[in-house]
Amino acid sequence: MATKTREDLGKIREDHKAGMVLDNNKEEKNIEIIVGKGTCGIAAGADKTFDAIIKEIEEKNIKNITVRHAGCMGLCYAEPTIKVIIPGQPETLYGNVDSEAARKIIERHVIYGRQVESLIFNKPAIDILSEEKDYNSDYKQYRIVLRNCGVIDPEKIDEYIARDGYAALEKVLFEMTPDDVIDELKTSGLRGRGGAGFPTWMKWSFSKSVKNDKKYIICNADEGDPGAYMDRSTLEGDPHSVLEAMAIAGYAIGANEGIIYIRAEYPLAIKKLEIAIDQARDYGLFGRNILGSKFNFDFEIRLGAGAFVCGEETALIKSIEGDRGMPIPKPPFPAIEGLWGRPTIINNVETLANIPVIINKGGDWFAKLGTAKSKGTKVFALTGKIKNSGLIEVPMGTTLREIVFDIGGGISGGKAFKAVQTGGPSGGVLTEDFLDTPIDFDSLVAVGSMMGSGGMIVMDENDCMVDIAKFYLEFCVEESCGKCAPCRIGTKKIYELLDKISKGEGEIADLQKIKDMGNAMKKASLCGLGQTAPNPVLSVIRAFEEEILEHINDKKCRAGKCKDLVTYTIDKDKCIGCTVCARKCPVNCIEGERKIAHEIDQSLCIKCGTCFEVCKFDAVIVS
Amino acid sequence: MSDVNISKIEFSKELSSFIEKWKNKQGNLVMVLHKVQEEFGYIPRQAAIKVSSLLDTPLAKIYGVITFYNFFKLEKPGEHNIQVCTGTACYLKGGIDIINELEILLGIGVNTVTDDGQFSIQSVRCIGCCGLAPVILIDGEVFGKLEKDQLPEIIAKFRDR
Repeated sequence: MATKTREDLGKIREDHKAGMVLDNNKEEKNIEIIVGKGTCGIAAGADKTFDAIIKEIEEKNIKNITVRHAGCMGLCYAEPTIKVIIPGQPETLYGNVDSEAARKIIERHVIYGRQVESLIFNKPAIDILSEEKDYNSDYKQYRIVLRNCGVIDPEKIDEYIARDGYAALEKVLFEMTPDDVIDELKTSGLRGRGGAGFPTWMKWSFSKSVKNDKKYIICNADEGDPGAYMDRSTLEGDPHSVLEAMAIAGYAIGANEGIIYIRAEYPLAIKKLEIAIDQARDYGLFGRNILGSKFNFDFEIRLGAGAFVCGEETALIKSIEGDRGMPIPKPPFPAIEGLWGRPTIINNVETLANIPVIINKGGDWFAKLGTAKSKGTKVFALTGKIKNSGLIEVPMGTTLREIVFDIGGGISGGKAFKAVQTGGPSGGVLTEDFLDTPIDFDSLVAVGSMMGSGGMIVMDENDCMVDIAKFYLEFCVEESCGKCAPCRIGTKKIYELLDKISKGEGEIADLQKIKDMGNAMKKASLCGLGQTAPNPVLSVIRAFEEEILEHINDKKCRAGKCKDLVTYTIDKDKCIGCTVCARKCPVNCIEGERKIAHEIDQSLCIKCGTCFEVCKFDAVIVS
Repeated sequence: MSDVNISKIEFSKELSSFIEKWKNKQGNLVMVLHKVQEEFGYIPRQAAIKVSSLLDTPLAKIYGVITFYNFFKLEKPGEHNIQVCTGTACYLKGGIDIINELEILLGIGVNTVTDDGQFSIQSVRCIGCCGLAPVILIDGEVFGKLEKDQLPEIIAKFRDR
């Protein structure tokens, strides 16, 4: 493997375009089966599926077929997923494909040409449009960031190059000046996808304007929001897109060193990045005099170590510097004075993944998508009590209703929608009244939440909002670095009040105390963690005041989640004395003979809910 | 304090050469500690003392860094450390119930080790498999869409592996 020239890259693209079945109208092509092997896929057994497919092909002696693996396709609730592409037929996406299902699909679909109806996942497949085609509003999802995830093998650099990979870097190095690059970003209107939504071109221009012989580009892959995994999937499925973007950023501001700060909890993503960097270096795409230009750029990977606060810029820098990740006051801003005191650009993974496409297709093209002040698309991790849990990418301006009910398929288990939480521990909850809010940076803030990094958690009638607020606060208590008093003390105190409320010991005055402390934290905390930690609880107080008052005044938890406010009793009319609950009870607090109605000893009951779960006769009442 | 007690702990060749490679890089501490934990499963005090000497960094600073970051452990975990994800999606889908069930099945609390040294339970931050909530991680293997009654079988699979 030797260094490539621009001509070499062009040839790879031509050759591979002929060999890569992206357009179904080519008849001489092989049948292709793509198996999604992101972390979720592997967890669900994608390795076994892959092996079963290979085995079946060998046994049945099928020719003209290639089996590839790719990153996450976004259908996490139906992993393992595979895509079957037979020339002349529409692409078919299958879900829940274990070894048995794989064999069935090979036999029926590949050999006999008949799809296996019961396993098909049509809706998401026809919902998704890739950025290769112009945007069409018939499709709910439009993939720019995730363009290669689930399509290419992230360990084969040629597949990335074939899909216009590194073409943007070529264009930038040989046809554009650094100012041109920043102008293109300005036209695109790209705003940071990590949560703050700061205009990317502006941040880059700050760093560019500082005279310094050493500058840094840092990719923030610390993705600490619980419930968010957009960056993980992008790095596992398409690491080159981020690398290419970082080199482009380096060219624009005058930096030659790129650092990827990635959380240690993402071992597969780390591995894919290492392989990608090695392969790109091998081709001469990174290192000195890239592709014969005068530009040098290379990478280092630095690991996080489980500290949420290190997603904050200054804390992240401290962490790379080998210290405790404690934020410092801003200004100075990292763009001017960052890592080791040098101008440093820190961009989120998703922000970066957009850059090559913006350069290739132009800022104008990007700015056609989205709303007036929020251009482009956003990737969301849609999880919680939703039928189609997974990763989606939608144009800004799509409403919450479309996401939850159309793409998401509505609430699982036939339950009622209660709220959707966006923005993680910095965000807020939105009720049914706000479902028609279009997603964009400003409109979400206007209704009391925020975009955040993209975690979107759906809750149903069985989720207690006091419990949720408590969950997020507990997270902030543990993750607070402890440096500034408002956050260190405020998170703990508010958590204690919520805990009291959840145990039926709350008072009305507590709500005002929470609001006062919350407002103090927002104004006086040193960094974003403390400033936004009160958001979930304040938003719950605004939107679910009745439910909280029930906890305080009536000592009641309508969702049945707060254990101290819940009592489990057995309905004597329904109980047939099957003894299942008594046997399963972990503390043996259920008494009763066979065929005689049982009774729970309230003094021993630990409210674990096991009896409620195992009773087949609905005889256990939760009140 | 005397520096006479330079530890007798042995670092593998791989670990030693990693430290050698990173010795002169700025901000090397977190990366080196990761490698130490990879080798021992946690960061033994003796290892920290040796790192302090090799990197010429005060032990107090190393202690400060280890205790700041959730990932680093000061105590030896079980042979098989069961990590239960307590991210938002897993929490909603019963992650805490999984922890409670594990505590009952193994007879230990979170962050403690069973008497035979086989298992320990740890609650961890979101590992990013929210589509498969609730999720646990044992020895790098992810188990998703978990239900309480699957746990005894999973534990048995890892025992004495």
